[in-house]
Amino acid sequence: MEPRLFDWRPMPLVILEISNYRSLSLKRLFKTYLEKPELAGLILLVLLVILFQVRSHGVFLNADNLRGILGILPEAGLVAIGVTILMISGEFDLSVGSVFALMPMTMAVLMVHGWPFPLALLAGLLVCAAIGFINGYVTIRFAIPSFITTLGMLFMARSLTVVVSGGFPPLLPADLPNWLFTSFVGPGNMFRMSFLWFAAVAVLTSLMLSRTNFGNWIKATGGFLPAAASMGIPTARVKIVCFMLCSVLSGFAGMLQVLRLGSPLPSIGEGLELQAVAAAVIGGASLTGGIGTVMGGIIGTTLIRVIDNGLVLSHVDANWFKFAIGFLTIFAVVANAWMRKRAKAIKMEG
Amino acid sequence: MSDAIISVRNLHKWYSGVHALKGVTLDFRRGEALGLVGDNGAGKSTLINILSGVHRADRGEIKVEGREVSIGTPRDAMDLGIETIYQYNSMVPTMSIARNLFIGREPTRFSVLGVGILDQKKMAEESIRAIANVDLHLRSPDALVGELSGGQRQGVAIARAMHFKSKVMILDEPTNHLSVKETNKVIGFVRGLKEQGVTGVFISHNMHHVFDCCDRVVAMARGEVVLDKRIGDTSIDEVHSVL
Repeated sequence: MEPRLFDWRPMPLVILEISNYRSLSLKRLFKTYLEKPELAGLILLVLLVILFQVRSHGVFLNADNLRGILGILPEAGLVAIGVTILMISGEFDLSVGSVFALMPMTMAVLMVHGWPFPLALLAGLLVCAAIGFINGYVTIRFAIPSFITTLGMLFMARSLTVVVSGGFPPLLPADLPNWLFTSFVGPGNMFRMSFLWFAAVAVLTSLMLSRTNFGNWIKATGGFLPAAASMGIPTARVKIVCFMLCSVLSGFAGMLQVLRLGSPLPSIGEGLELQAVAAAVIGGASLTGGIGTVMGGIIGTTLIRVIDNGLVLSHVDANWFKFAIGFLTIFAVVANAWMRKRAKAIKMEG
Repeated sequence: MSDAIISVRNLHKWYSGVHALKGVTLDFRRGEALGLVGDNGAGKSTLINILSGVHRADRGEIKVEGREVSIGTPRDAMDLGIETIYQYNSMVPTMSIARNLFIGREPTRFSVLGVGILDQKKMAEESIRAIANVDLHLRSPDALVGELSGGQRQGVAIARAMHFKSKVMILDEPTNHLSVKETNKVIGFVRGLKEQGVTGVFISHNMHHVFDCCDRVVAMARGEVVLDKRIGDTSIDEVHSVL
């Protein structure tokens, strides 16, 4: 049943219900929020696009600017998808920014030693999967907050990145398959190939969450762990798979950025972990798990990119960027908490 | 004891030196509603946790329908037809009724290594039937469990157990934190189990609730069974006196 924001029934019926109208509309709001947690972010995104389009005198939505935004969106977007899914399962990953740098650095070093690109890619992704596994295993085995496990991993993976680079970023070979990852394609060369990868991952992970039994397990594990466990869901394995998926997507995104920039800098991805969390939260994911969508994470990321770009085009001091993201994040979580509190109150009445 | 669906013989359990179960022997009979009472720490939860696969017994044997079994995980218990409904509620509030009904047992259209595409049509149809079967009147299987009252949630949990043809339903303090009206509803569910030929194990602190809906009462104290009588042959006072 589609949640309705507005009620178009004839007046008499509405009047009859006026006594519990307040609780009814709140119930509907709560339901809408649980079913489409990304809706508020989407509305905000549309409003901001209109605002920036007006403020920039039409520059914001022109082809060149859009190409710029869409060219870098996949990198932050893939990370946000991983972080969002992990958050839905009830866990948290601060190491994504470091994994983002470590994966392409691993690949670059291997290629300098003569490894062909596909093998180096596979090795890089395996390193990411291993980091995700360690994050998950340590968190669950020792029952510690993933905030701490992955904070530690943030430092360790960043340190490893610098160590394997030997202090100097290695030179990338000239014959990289850029046509597969970074070349411009589509009408008017609007997209980079990375956007297609991003879109494919977005569709697949979205379907995984909403249409497969594994998606059901992720939501149940994050939604209420004791219930999921008592129904026989292997919650530890579900969480570890989410940790691994998150790391692999982050590493893959890092590789896309390195191919775009042409050089594996050990400092890339710094601060990305917090942006990804902000994106997930702005997109409606709950910090406590169970609620969120892949689409929400993507909307959150797009919102951040749009603000970054739009502020510059509107001739606002670009240093306001972080302020805006910070404000939005707090606002999103406050709105989130308010919804939950209201929802609880409604349940009591019911 | 040919009508015993679960027979427990000489079950022992130690928790880091504490002897929590001291040789419990008990039969759960087919189609009966059994009330399990006892103070905190009497061993009821330990016994239930062993039967539902949360813990393993250190010694003793469990037979289900005459066959000796080993229950290692909640899933093993469910596969044997033993379903447990916990006081904290075994539902995920952020998910729909239909999704909750099938958690961990989702029908899939095809699957690889146990992961597959959900058969959402089947889930919707079967959940409507499952809810109607326990006489629960809910608008839609797409409603979120978080929207339901405590009693309704227990009702959905019972509908779930019925749908998966469980033979024994263990209800661990299902009336805790419920209003009088809601409690009556749950007691009604327990009575309804009998008609469906399902064995109900009703754990409660409230003796009146037990005497309201059970055929037999088993009292535990200090890890042992101290009383096992038909409801008609005993009284609330007698049960209180042995605890």
